[in-house]
Amino acid sequence: MMSSCRFTIRAAGAALAVATIGTAMPPKHAAAHGFAGQRFFPATILTDDPFVADEVSLPTVTRPPTGLDRSQELDLDVDLAKRITPDLGFTIGQGWTHLKPKDMPGATGLSGLHTGLQYQLFVDGPHEALGLIGLNVGWAHTGRVAALGAPDVTTLSPTLNFGKGFGDLAPELAYLRPFAVTGNLGFDFPTKTESAGAPNPNNFNYGFALEYSLPYLQCCVKDIGLREPFSRLIPLVEIAFTTPIARSEGTQTIGTIQPGIIWSGTYFQIGAEAILPVNKASGRGFGGVVQFHVYLDDLFPRSLGKPISEW
Amino acid sequence: MRKLTVPALWLSVDLALIAAGTSAQAHALLDHASPGVGSSIATAPPVLSLSFTQELEPAFANVTVTNEAGQRVDLGNAQVPPGTPAELRVGLPPLPPGTYTVSWRVVSVDTHPTEGHFQFTIGR
Repeated sequence: MMSSCRFTIRAAGAALAVATIGTAMPPKHAAAHGFAGQRFFPATILTDDPFVADEVSLPTVTRPPTGLDRSQELDLDVDLAKRITPDLGFTIGQGWTHLKPKDMPGATGLSGLHTGLQYQLFVDGPHEALGLIGLNVGWAHTGRVAALGAPDVTTLSPTLNFGKGFGDLAPELAYLRPFAVTGNLGFDFPTKTESAGAPNPNNFNYGFALEYSLPYLQCCVKDIGLREPFSRLIPLVEIAFTTPIARSEGTQTIGTIQPGIIWSGTYFQIGAEAILPVNKASGRGFGGVVQFHVYLDDLFPRSLGKPISEW
Repeated sequence: MRKLTVPALWLSVDLALIAAGTSAQAHALLDHASPGVGSSIATAPPVLSLSFTQELEPAFANVTVTNEAGQRVDLGNAQVPPGTPAELRVGLPPLPPGTYTVSWRVVSVDTHPTEGHFQFTIGR
């Protein structure tokens, strides 16, 4: 137990070092709102975005698949992403949860507060590529722990997020150019090895979103005559897994596959996805999620939407 | 009644945000072009026209047309015409058959830069 604790602290130190190294690197040009060259990356629901931004999800409504214990849950989350400088940003979010265990009264309350600090490693316009590193923190005792299972332990999660558009494919593959992928690699390092007698595992998190941008098809490959609202649709599928890598007794990989669609307008986007668990440990049946996401940099380009350093 | 309160609250906040901000302009994205994106046409028109989703800053709007050898072929007179602030035009000379690449870079009036490129084909 002691060695696990030391490992956790060491890992947390490594996470902080990653973030520190990132922030010490020279800044690259970064445009808010997920642009790399002519590629627009929408804010995806499950996969963390590979760009710093001035955006707010208000709200994200999630109905997860039924739990293993047949409990049912409804979540409402609010998340804000804000640039501090053109390349450095932070996120903050909190949720409200209604949990209904089978044959028991339901409980409602706040889930845990989570924050993040992100640094834009690079934006490569000609190759439609983005890279970002970040350190996310889930804060202990910021939600209703006993009734809802909100965390009683602070968790540090260093992440590497990336995005790549396929706009540089050969001309004979022109109709594949609207494809793009974004992805995350990250780890969870709880700062306490166990809670209420159960181990808090270190986790490896990995996932990606594959999207086909009809706006990209229209603007940059072939105008096939689509007009609004269809010309702004981005069908996508998101996949995410969490694999315990330390103190994993009794736990296994969980994940979801989420096919859906995003409509991206001038000032906001709306996304909707089905939630399909990848195994029994991830839930039963299927769920769904909808998100209303506002672009602050477009709504308030001369005030709230600018990096704080430029206020 | 209570079930309606939370969604109504969210909706109110969202509408208030959007109402507060919609006097702003946003990223200027290409809405449509003439010749069309990826189109094949018989002969080159005298003017290439790009229509954007937002008004442009004329001083920072530019478009070039190049042939398959990478040589610039447009007349170099790109402009945002008075009265159509979301449009960018450039003159074209008579062009031989071939595939041409249009590259544009604009700044919307709220200073958001955007760029893009596409191709059209003449006489094939």
